[in-house]
Amino acid sequence: MNATVELIQQHLIDPEICIRCNTCEATCPVGAITHDSRNYVVKADVCNLCMACVPPCPTGSIDNWRSMPKAKAYSVEEQLLWDELPAPLSEEALNAAGAAAGEAVAAAAASSASAASVSASAGQGPGFQSGSWGATVPPWSAAHPYTNLHGPKSPVTATVVGNVQVNEAGTENETHHIVLDLGTMPFPVLEGQSIGIIPPGVDAQGKPHHARQYSIASPRNGERPGYNNLSLTVKRVKEDHQGQPVLGVCSNYLCDLNTGDKVQVIGPFGASFLMPNHPRSNIVMICTGTGSAPMRAMTEWRRRLRQSGKFEGGRLMLFFGARTQQELPYFGPLQKLPHDFIDIHFAFSRTPGAPKRYVQDLMRERAADLAELLQDPNTCFYVCGLKSMEEGVVLALHDIAQGAGLSWDTVGATLKREGRLHLETY
Amino acid sequence: MTAINYSEKIPNNVNLSEDRTLQRALEHWQPNYLNWWQDMGPDGSQNFDVFLRTAVSVDPQGWAQFGHVKMPDYRWGIFLNPAEQDRKIHFGDHKGEAAWQDVPGEHRANLRRIIVTQGDTEPASVEQQRHLGLTCPSQYDLRNLFQVNVEEGRHLWAMVYLLHKYFGRDGREEAEALLERRSGNDDNPRILQAFNEKTPDWLSFFMFTYFTDRDGKFQLCALAESSFDPLARTTKFMLTEEAHHMFVGESGVSRVIQRTVDMMNQLKTDDVNKLRAAGVIDLPTLQRYVNFHFSVTIDLFGADQSSNAATFYSSGLKGRYEEGKRNDDHVLKGQTYKVLEVVNGQLVEKEVPMLNALNEVLRDDYIKDSIGGVERWNRVIEKAGIPFKLSVPHKAFHRNIGALAGVKVSPDGRVVSEAEWNAKVNDWLPSGEDRAYVASLMGRVVEPGKFANWIAPPVMGINRQPVDFEYVRFN
Repeated sequence: MNATVELIQQHLIDPEICIRCNTCEATCPVGAITHDSRNYVVKADVCNLCMACVPPCPTGSIDNWRSMPKAKAYSVEEQLLWDELPAPLSEEALNAAGAAAGEAVAAAAASSASAASVSASAGQGPGFQSGSWGATVPPWSAAHPYTNLHGPKSPVTATVVGNVQVNEAGTENETHHIVLDLGTMPFPVLEGQSIGIIPPGVDAQGKPHHARQYSIASPRNGERPGYNNLSLTVKRVKEDHQGQPVLGVCSNYLCDLNTGDKVQVIGPFGASFLMPNHPRSNIVMICTGTGSAPMRAMTEWRRRLRQSGKFEGGRLMLFFGARTQQELPYFGPLQKLPHDFIDIHFAFSRTPGAPKRYVQDLMRERAADLAELLQDPNTCFYVCGLKSMEEGVVLALHDIAQGAGLSWDTVGATLKREGRLHLETY
Repeated sequence: MTAINYSEKIPNNVNLSEDRTLQRALEHWQPNYLNWWQDMGPDGSQNFDVFLRTAVSVDPQGWAQFGHVKMPDYRWGIFLNPAEQDRKIHFGDHKGEAAWQDVPGEHRANLRRIIVTQGDTEPASVEQQRHLGLTCPSQYDLRNLFQVNVEEGRHLWAMVYLLHKYFGRDGREEAEALLERRSGNDDNPRILQAFNEKTPDWLSFFMFTYFTDRDGKFQLCALAESSFDPLARTTKFMLTEEAHHMFVGESGVSRVIQRTVDMMNQLKTDDVNKLRAAGVIDLPTLQRYVNFHFSVTIDLFGADQSSNAATFYSSGLKGRYEEGKRNDDHVLKGQTYKVLEVVNGQLVEKEVPMLNALNEVLRDDYIKDSIGGVERWNRVIEKAGIPFKLSVPHKAFHRNIGALAGVKVSPDGRVVSEAEWNAKVNDWLPSGEDRAYVASLMGRVVEPGKFANWIAPPVMGINRQPVDFEYVRFN
């Protein structure tokens, strides 16, 4: 696992989007930004990732990051000639450069979140950068995870043993619960970890598809306890962020699988979004759509522990958002969980005739409970779902803390340092 | 009247909570401002929650706070860039002396005039744009319009702060008058003519934010060099916000072009009628809009020879664009600059004293800067494989101020006869038919993530939000 080559997150400006307004150069406290008559560019060796230039940029072109071996960072001269950003280095290329596969995958998966984690590691993020409050370490009682056991060059073949839709048939965001059996291959996982699926075939450039990451929806001892299997929650992607019709390569592949089909799997990935395991630890889960997968895994593990009668669990709170009840994955099974086990709140943003409700609205309604939990060192917070929810959720936590007379700067920094606030948004 | 909670309601770094004089002036002005906003601000938008950027301080952490706010509750703040210690005047006759922290008596009238002229453009553009919300091509664009509007509002505050703080009673009177003039009103119009024109449609809005707000940028840059330190620091901070306005214009036009070239490739045609039937804005029409907005805007820099400009420079009130980065004596006595005039039916260059030609210097810097964005638009066309290039017209084209006013010049810089002008004006400037066609495309699209047919979606959302984010909640 040891990297032999130092990887950096190189800060780049997208020349196709930049309008040359000079705001970044004027803002940069260390003089890392320069320009010619074509492009504005960042000096990799001067930029200290302080992020001061990011919020003032009117275009968003400033917020681009690439994992690069330090020795091969793009020079200013190279960047000045660009008409567009180069593609991120493939995992193979980074591997070839000697970097650990795990870091590369994590960096690729992090995409825009990478900026946030960069700012986090650089100390205080600018403004209210919700992402900068996310922890990069697990809570103290997390189990030790195995990561990167199987890379893209040696994927494991799994067998589909189940594939069912878990929201109402006919809704727009068709979501499937898919169970994969790993046979005799070692693939130990923990709740909150993810795996990569390599779809068959080649992309538009004729290259094999790269792996897509999915959070595991089952607990550590398997979807079916005692067997080497795990489950995923997959939404069938039919349009892109702009609403243009696009069929997601991997999600459609997965949703169309039949029992008995074989799937190429890599991983596991993730070493920080992990649950606490000590008695009386509380878990607050906030999610939307398929962001429910890790929440389902953690809830199910706690449910099994509770059934065993040998574990004294703490409070579980779930804030779960979807456009409508019909679209919400696992709505039925969730209803069956006892109220003294888990405190569940649903937010529906598109229920006809009802006002829009978002998870952060529900959190604010439960401010009194959350304020108490925020002060309890035995509480961990997990956020998973669409990028657009992250800021609202973290702001709600911020406001709830402040409303209770706490300083968010202190509370938030403690949560982050102790690995008790985890953000996984995409 | 309820007292204003200054630090909460009006974020500032000018020590407002301890400045009684300023408070008294603002207590009177602020309710009038809010009345003006209710009357002349964005039409029918008062109850919307808009995803806006609010500046709460001048450091990178504070100046871009995003969140949904109702526009009348927007916290218009007062900000000056941090002071530079022992700043010296770096141009004109006072070069080398300490920058002024107060208004010198002999420059008071001129400074007031400069500040009032700048301040007047800010509410004017809000007035010009107040109906555009009714025909927005998407939520994303509606949000950008509102962001531009609230920031123009804040720029008015910035200028009013200077008037209140440094100009006593006549400053207060001028501040009131800024709320009384109305764009396009015959009896009490805005000071500069371009700010009395209509902004009738979104293409005009994008062109306006690209070309005309860029004039704002250059004026602010020139004022950011001023010897009057509070003015320099105020305008420096305004420039960070102005960048967003130009982004709205540049990316807006770019997206219109993207949509048009996509349609041209889809239909495999450059036939204007077919493209119009398909509901997109053809490239020749875009070129005519460029010609119009460019020529109207470069008039804003004033007469090509101006003794006022010389006075403003020599007395240190207003510098050149990037004065501090230039390598000359920063006094400019005895130096010359070339301006255009018409002799015997030909455009010829004439050398004049540079001090008198400073409006022309700023205009030429502006032209260089605006060509850059037009070249980036051309990259979109080029990428689509279409042999067409947009360009800015010759600077003598369609001018109404200075030596070239009224001279008939074609976009490529030929002096033409009245007859030729009349025959070709509809090829050069948007015709009534062009404007009617563009107006016919304007319909309101507000479903998150959906865009009007004549414009492509942006490549990315605001503040890393997705494009289909709910930027405006209509409630």
